[in-house]
Amino acid sequence: MRILEGEGVTKHFGGLTAISNVDFHVEQGEIVGLIGPNGAGKTTLFNLISAALVPKPGVIRFKGEKISGLKPHQICRAGVARTFQSVKVFGNIPVLGNVLLGSLFGRSARMSSVDAAREAMESLEFVGLSAVRAIPAKDITLANQKRLEVARALATKPELLLLDELIAGLNPTETTEAMELVTKIRDKGITIFMIEHVMKAIMGICDRLIVLHHGEKIAEGTPQQITNNQTVIEVYLGK
Amino acid sequence: MFSGPTGYISLAPAAFFGIGVYTSALLGFVLPLPAVIGIGGLASFCLALLVGVLTLRLKGIYFAIFTFGLGEFIRHLLLFWELTVTGRRGRLVIQVDSRTVYCIMLGIFVILMLTAYFIKHSKYGLALQSIGQEEEAAVHTGVNVTMVKVITFAVSAFFIGAAGAIMATKWTYIDPYIAFNPLFSFLPVLMAIFGGMGQLYGPIIGAALLTYLEEFLITRFPYHYMLIFGIIMVVAILYLPNGLVGLTQSWRKGGLKQPHANT
Repeated sequence: MRILEGEGVTKHFGGLTAISNVDFHVEQGEIVGLIGPNGAGKTTLFNLISAALVPKPGVIRFKGEKISGLKPHQICRAGVARTFQSVKVFGNIPVLGNVLLGSLFGRSARMSSVDAAREAMESLEFVGLSAVRAIPAKDITLANQKRLEVARALATKPELLLLDELIAGLNPTETTEAMELVTKIRDKGITIFMIEHVMKAIMGICDRLIVLHHGEKIAEGTPQQITNNQTVIEVYLGK
Repeated sequence: MFSGPTGYISLAPAAFFGIGVYTSALLGFVLPLPAVIGIGGLASFCLALLVGVLTLRLKGIYFAIFTFGLGEFIRHLLLFWELTVTGRRGRLVIQVDSRTVYCIMLGIFVILMLTAYFIKHSKYGLALQSIGQEEEAAVHTGVNVTMVKVITFAVSAFFIGAAGAIMATKWTYIDPYIAFNPLFSFLPVLMAIFGGMGQLYGPIIGAALLTYLEEFLITRFPYHYMLIFGIIMVVAILYLPNGLVGLTQSWRKGGLKQPHANT
């Protein structure tokens, strides 16, 4: 089943076409990678899916229903959560509070505060942050802040998780741990759509890759197919 | 309650206060006092809802300037209306004895503090804090940011309107310049900064000390008091960014003494 589907998705910023007529889809249970050189429009595409921006023209469907045009918080409550390229944690709020916000306002927003607190704790344990739960989010390491963003997103109970450069800025050990975390999330039954620059990492865990260049989709396929794709090689290495 | 956690500085209190004052002037002779106060609050609440929906997407300084303009706009509009349509400048307000005024103000204050405390410790308090720190992340975590902001803004406007309605009875005569005095917008912000915005009791301490200081300066230096008052404020903003509450907190922690704390 296609959990996420985009048709003719386009976005202009003034005269610049950031995303141009892109069709894409993500199957339920997959890990799909979105790659491309800097400025290719990867984050813009994520912003369109999570409704920070509105595609014009174009349609985005989640589980067969049109979600383009909804407000960002509605997208989140529908079951699409995201993290940010530049970490956006609530710095002065303790780690647990950050995650609690997700369980209080996410998809299961109607539950009692006791249940919400329990879910937040579970989320924290899942990403391995329960030891630092009382520390303000601005005081933990970058790697942990990235984990915190994942925990906060998971606490909203998503079916689809958008990860925007989870690995950027992490050291090799942290990278391996982050990759393990991604696989663990998929094993929970959550579909993952991720932007990443670190090829070695992304080739290892993605079922399928989508390549963007200058706002256009230039290739799509398994990691194997992508590494042998002539257009992709030209874009990355030059002719 | 609203500006503290979100970091949106509102200079609209004068507008809401003035609305309350004019409710009192228009209805004070017809309706019983509690009804007048309630209507004053509700009118402010509705205005804040309307203004909030239109403008809370403005951020930072733009929001502050707009809210300041709102008070000025209503003042001039009202002045124009009074002069051209009703043909008068001011209005008389029904008088209420000071004791009643005091009791009602105390009542409004207690309800306000209970409401603020309740909001702060509910999930909406957490949402307000998150909006102040990373509005974009809050949106994508499922918080209906616009709604939370507008409702909180309107609730705080309710109390300002109610306070305006009761305060008007102390003045016996009001005109648009008295009711929509921009000082009512700046003073609360200054009080909050002076006391410390992080805690609920910060602005209260700030308000109490500043009011006392103002009265003291007026009696001692009737001609220079505004000047001295201004200097104290500048010093407070420069050297006490977290207000008096922040100062005592850093003292309690020890070690982390701010070098200029005593200036």
